[in-house]
Amino acid sequence: MIKAGTWVEIERVLLRPDQRAAGLPTDTAATPYLLRLSGFLKADAELGSEVVVTSLIGHEHCGVLRLENPSYAHSFGNTVPELLQIGREV
Amino acid sequence: MRDLSYAAVMARKNAIMKASMGMDYDTFALSPVAFDYERMMRETGYSLEDVARIQADTKVGNTPLFELTRLTEAVRRTAAPGKGATILVKDEAANASGSFKARRASISAYEARKKGYKGLAAATSGNYGAAVASQAAMRGLKCIILQEVFDSKGIGQPEIVEKSRACEAYGAEVQRLSVGPELFYQLLMTLEETGFFNASLYTPFGIKGVETLGVEIAQQVRARYRKDPDAVVITHAGGGNLTGTARGLLAADCKARIVACSVDLGGLHMASDSDFNRKSFTTGHTGFGVPFATWPDRVDVPRNAARSLRYMDEYQLVTQGEVFYVTELLTKLEGLERGPAGNTSLTAAVTLARQMDRDQIVVVQETEYTGAGKHHNRQLSFARENGIEVRVGDPAGNVPGKTIVLPEHLDQVRGRVQDMDKLRRSYLKNAAKAHPVAAWTEADLAFLASDLKVDAAWVQQASAEL
Ligand SMILES: Cc1ncc(COP(=O)(O)O)c(C=O)c1O
Repeated sequence: MIKAGTWVEIERVLLRPDQRAAGLPTDTAATPYLLRLSGFLKADAELGSEVVVTSLIGHEHCGVLRLENPSYAHSFGNTVPELLQIGREV
Repeated sequence: MRDLSYAAVMARKNAIMKASMGMDYDTFALSPVAFDYERMMRETGYSLEDVARIQADTKVGNTPLFELTRLTEAVRRTAAPGKGATILVKDEAANASGSFKARRASISAYEARKKGYKGLAAATSGNYGAAVASQAAMRGLKCIILQEVFDSKGIGQPEIVEKSRACEAYGAEVQRLSVGPELFYQLLMTLEETGFFNASLYTPFGIKGVETLGVEIAQQVRARYRKDPDAVVITHAGGGNLTGTARGLLAADCKARIVACSVDLGGLHMASDSDFNRKSFTTGHTGFGVPFATWPDRVDVPRNAARSLRYMDEYQLVTQGEVFYVTELLTKLEGLERGPAGNTSLTAAVTLARQMDRDQIVVVQETEYTGAGKHHNRQLSFARENGIEVRVGDPAGNVPGKTIVLPEHLDQVRGRVQDMDKLRRSYLKNAAKAHPVAAWTEADLAFLASDLKVDAAWVQQASAEL
């Protein structure tokens, strides 16, 4: 169980494939249009349940509880050795 | 109950826009294609001096202009005798939030505050989100940023993930969305629900904010070199960067050649879920640059204040591999680590400088910050993870979405030129869809000629051949 007040991420389907804009490429048209958003959990809940969160600006959003303490893990990536060679040739 | 279906929300577009900007675009309309562009820009009510003063209050503008001495020397070694212009760069990364987009957000934030809006909303996956969030923070306004972040496998483009982080760092609510143009639908719903100000990238406030960049370039080059720059190279996507900068240069009476530059992503579809993470650039590429130049009014406001063909003299294309190579050279030769969008125009500047005379000056009009997610090492390693071949060789081997080739030598950074007349004709085709050629009046011809930087006779001739 995740406690009320915890920073979490929710997901919500905004448009099912049949509700999406016309004229999309077929790969995109076959997928639902999704929203993910982080906020503070309003009441104790289990992962995968329908919940309400309060965003950083105090607005409430509903959706399925997806992650506890969502974090940013983007990085500088694995070294690309080809880049290390650049600069000596000029 | 409001009808929240896609069609119903889109049908309420005009009413939502009016309420969210306190501005009625209908008053500028002259016909289905023509409108009074200059009056629209004037009636923002902000002079260049007002803009500069407002920007100074929120840590925007007066960025340094640097001479790239070692890169210039390196280019001269690949140039014919007497060739090799001096390359200057405007370090726009020094603005609050790390890019020129702070200029673009600053006046919207000021205007929203003045008109009593409680917050700002913007749909943008780029630096603009961070800029709006940062300006909103300084003005004590709430902020919502909507971004296209992840594909159907849930994988986010690292550069956009970094943008989500930056927006949240500045206190904004970030709505992270999957791939698709319905971003606009979600923006309309958000504006309707919250009553926030629409800080669209394409309002006259946004473009007015960029004009100071052009003015500063003219002033700084004149102060240091006692003459005007010969060419200013501008990374081009939605066209606001080019439009605002060129208008500022003109306001300062500077006649430098206006050169657009985009990364060539020909062949990749911008709304395709499976192409989404096969791009190593999230902006400054032809996937935005060409459609926006050839029909500016495809945006989230009724008339786009960013109209790049009005000001563009030339359009250079570069490959992903060339930009990554030049990014690395900027770091190694000039001691500056900067992000992809500014380095796109820097790459074109290398080609231009090589063709220009030694006593001429070419200005790279911006830099942007770099870091985790945005860094070229991350973009290249991400490309590899997505099955894209990365190798060293002749940049002619670059195939967007398949192969990235890093040049072996600066001499191979050559770019290529995009045919301007082709772009203009494509614009006219789009104009003809909005309003049939047979119905075009003198006023339409005059508007189209100004919008394409040609004369009315050219428009007449080209439209007869459509
Ligand atoms: C740093 C930077 N430079 C250039 C551009 C291109 O500007 P525009 O979309 O106005 O053409 C963008 C955004 O798209 C950007 O974030």
